[in-house]
Amino acid sequence: MPNPVATLAPEEAVQKLKYYQKGTFTVGNRLVAEAERSVQASRDRSNALTCGHRACQGCGEALGARYAIDAAMRATNNNLIAVNATGCLEVFTTPYPETSWQLPWLHSLFGNAAAVATGVAAAMRVKKRKEVRVIAQGGDGGTTDIGFQCLSGMFERNDDVLYICYDNEGYMNTGVQRSSATPPAARTATTPAVGAEPGNVFGTGKSVPKIAVAHGIPYVATATVADLHDLERKVTKAMGIRGARYIQINVPCPLGWGALSHDTIRLARLAVECGLYPIFEAEHGKVTEVRKIRRQAPVTEYLKPQRRFAHLFKAEHEDPRVARLQAICDANIADYGLVDAIAEEA
Amino acid sequence: MLKQIEGSHAMAEAIALCRPEVVCAYPITPQTHIVEGLGELVKNGSLVDCEYINVESEFAALSVAIGASAAGARAYTATASQGLLFMMEAVYNASGLGLPIVMTLGNRAIGAPINIWNDHSDAMSVRDSGWLQLFAETNQEAVDLHIQAFKIAEELSMPVMVCVDGFILTHAMERIDVPDQATVDAYLPPYDPVQVLDPAAPISIGAMVGPDAFTEVRFLAHYKQTQALGLIPEFAREFAEKFGREAGGLLRCYRTEDADVVVVAMGSVCGTIKDTIDEMRDDGIRIGLVTIVSFRPFPVDALRASLAAAKDVVVVEKSIAVGMGGQLADNVGSALRDLPRPPRLHSAVAGLGGRPITRASLHHLFRQAVVQPWEGTHFLDLNDRVVGREIHRKRKSRRSGPTAENILRQLAIASGLPAAE
Amino acid sequence: MFQVRIHGRGGQGVVTGAEMLSIAAFFEGRHAQAFPSFGSERTGAPVVAFCRIADQEIRLREPILDPDCLIVQDATLFKVIDVFAGLRGDGYLLVNTNKSFAELHIGEAANRLPKRHAVIVPATEFALKHVGRPVPNAALLGAFAALTQFVHIDSVERAIEEAFPGKIGAANIAAATEAYGFVQTQQLAATAA
Repeated sequence: MPNPVATLAPEEAVQKLKYYQKGTFTVGNRLVAEAERSVQASRDRSNALTCGHRACQGCGEALGARYAIDAAMRATNNNLIAVNATGCLEVFTTPYPETSWQLPWLHSLFGNAAAVATGVAAAMRVKKRKEVRVIAQGGDGGTTDIGFQCLSGMFERNDDVLYICYDNEGYMNTGVQRSSATPPAARTATTPAVGAEPGNVFGTGKSVPKIAVAHGIPYVATATVADLHDLERKVTKAMGIRGARYIQINVPCPLGWGALSHDTIRLARLAVECGLYPIFEAEHGKVTEVRKIRRQAPVTEYLKPQRRFAHLFKAEHEDPRVARLQAICDANIADYGLVDAIAEEA
Repeated sequence: MLKQIEGSHAMAEAIALCRPEVVCAYPITPQTHIVEGLGELVKNGSLVDCEYINVESEFAALSVAIGASAAGARAYTATASQGLLFMMEAVYNASGLGLPIVMTLGNRAIGAPINIWNDHSDAMSVRDSGWLQLFAETNQEAVDLHIQAFKIAEELSMPVMVCVDGFILTHAMERIDVPDQATVDAYLPPYDPVQVLDPAAPISIGAMVGPDAFTEVRFLAHYKQTQALGLIPEFAREFAEKFGREAGGLLRCYRTEDADVVVVAMGSVCGTIKDTIDEMRDDGIRIGLVTIVSFRPFPVDALRASLAAAKDVVVVEKSIAVGMGGQLADNVGSALRDLPRPPRLHSAVAGLGGRPITRASLHHLFRQAVVQPWEGTHFLDLNDRVVGREIHRKRKSRRSGPTAENILRQLAIASGLPAAE
Repeated sequence: MFQVRIHGRGGQGVVTGAEMLSIAAFFEGRHAQAFPSFGSERTGAPVVAFCRIADQEIRLREPILDPDCLIVQDATLFKVIDVFAGLRGDGYLLVNTNKSFAELHIGEAANRLPKRHAVIVPATEFALKHVGRPVPNAALLGAFAALTQFVHIDSVERAIEEAFPGKIGAANIAAATEAYGFVQTQQLAATAA
């Protein structure tokens, strides 16, 4: 194999050091300037979601929430109130009589987090405490399904609330049932891997980020626990904006997805890099930024480590729905411009 | 100040005087004029320091109020019937969390069949939720009860529902004394929360409570209603002192001192019953009325005391627990149980879906209770013929069609109007 | 207690008429209760509104089943509903029309009432003339004041002003005044006869 260095021109012989670690893969960030370090790297972080909660080993949601809320706390100088929908996050963070929240926190119902947050924000306005900001948070079930009406109402009124959806693609807390965020072909307790079309049916489901963009609200973003800096940056940016904002974070659930608990970040990265989970930002109805895919992975690389897709790989021939999933990936890549065309070498 | 004003508008003015900080508005007949009135007062600058939020459903309305109240703001909303059912989860959530939200319930029948007219089925559907439920007899009392409601709710840290008969009170224009701001301010201090979301002192509200503690939490809610039994009359007394008129309290007695027959009822029908009682008294019949204002907490002791000497008690109510009978009659029965010589209890259900309750029918009912008492629940002014026909039709064929439409067709034919096919 | 029942069709201001009457009574220091018959509202559908007036608190909440006065804003209703149901033997009848009772086929009902208790008034014409819209409610209140003398015309005018401020109020007052004069003339003629 030819030596890559030997084939370079003299001025390029010394390979430039690329700090990939700056981006996603190393969280400790000792290699970067302090200003670029993550909030979590700081000892003064608020630890708003502190240790002692009862999340599963490898829980993507716990990871995402910790990063998101601490970033929001820093951005608001700790003037933050959180409203939580019923779900995993609420349950594992408040096992009575303990709580792992170190900020004011309210849990009301499953489907009303957005509306309750609207009420909290209204109270802060009327009390002339505009510096106190409000976050509503919930899982995909509580956001895309049962909480959808309240979410859309909050968007439409442009209430000053940041809604964070931790998307693990199913109703995990109640035993892994299908939600409208569950990807096609995925096995859940209510879309079992049996019959003519095992798993979740193609042609169903909805993209709440797209709907949020259609609402024309000031800020919409998708994010992932595979890029925690990016997640923190997006939350920080959102807290600098007034009005309705939405961030949806892809958070793998090892239990629900049938994945290994140490694979959480790897799977989140693969979801982005195969194109199934586009990472983008939008403002007032227009996409403004996308996160490019550096190395496009085939969708099978993402699917295979998850038992919820195992039925696609049982037969001798690959299930044709794998190709359909790949087609979804390709369509996302095309729609969002996630892959730069690679210039052909002469 | 005395005004000739529509009930809903007077209520809106009274609520505005209570300085609500967050008002959630979603329209449903017959309360819509109340939230519209408040919206206008906010928009024209009469009601300041108030966030008026147009929400997308009743579920959202009460949810927004929950968030606002938990964050320390005085919160208010209004609904009726179907809207109340749509927010049912939030109703239990508000009382379970102990948030002092005040809500007007424009009493309206619950469908199916859809019906926009007055009865008490909506209030009955949430009687176990822990909310306090106060029933206004007149529009004046509706105004006064809202003012008392905020005070009671915030003292107790429990939500309060003010029930006003839809259309009969909400849409009637009458002479009402709307209080002035100074008197209301003297009576109702600013909201001082028992629990509040505040970054300066973070707490978690709404944790899951398991078998080890749930019973105790529920017991304390039950105990709060007992406390309310003392608080309600106390605040009514204070109201009378400051505003110069009686309103609220647990219950009121009218000509019961020597009564053999005592009627028990709630809401606007009590006015008609009083006129009927006066006419019967003129005929020498010793009859009186107990108006229940506080349905929850139910004033067992006060009621027992007021009914102890009666021979017959006739409960007239605008609701029915289908298959069981009147809920008010059931509760009154509980109050009478331990009396050494309990009066005979007669249960009548009237005014369902807005059917007018007339003096003529009441005269007949009250006399019948004594002379020809009935068993179980009596439906006042029931059209026996229509009901009989429908029962017969159902026996004759399986595909007998929807009951409500069949009855409407019968009535249309009977009145000579062309019946839809 | 004096009970007035107003019959009309949706869009003719029946409910506002009842409310204005109650406001007029209020200005005279009396208690008054005005309410509609709570049906589904639809322009053109029969509508009934009620107004009770008394010198003490009004407790009664039933619809007015035995009115002391009927105001009929739309004469086509006689063929559709039993307008006269419950009208007291010594009651009043005020009909918005330019036809006679005989032409409306209600001569018998009108004649059962005491002399000078039943009048017709072309209220819609007065409304069109002064206000430019065929809403006869204000004019009918002026006629009511003349017919029953139960409220003063001054109170009626104040009530109209309260309900319709500015130029529209003035126009409606003019219609009411003309209707008042019209009925008064009829009454004087009937007395003389």
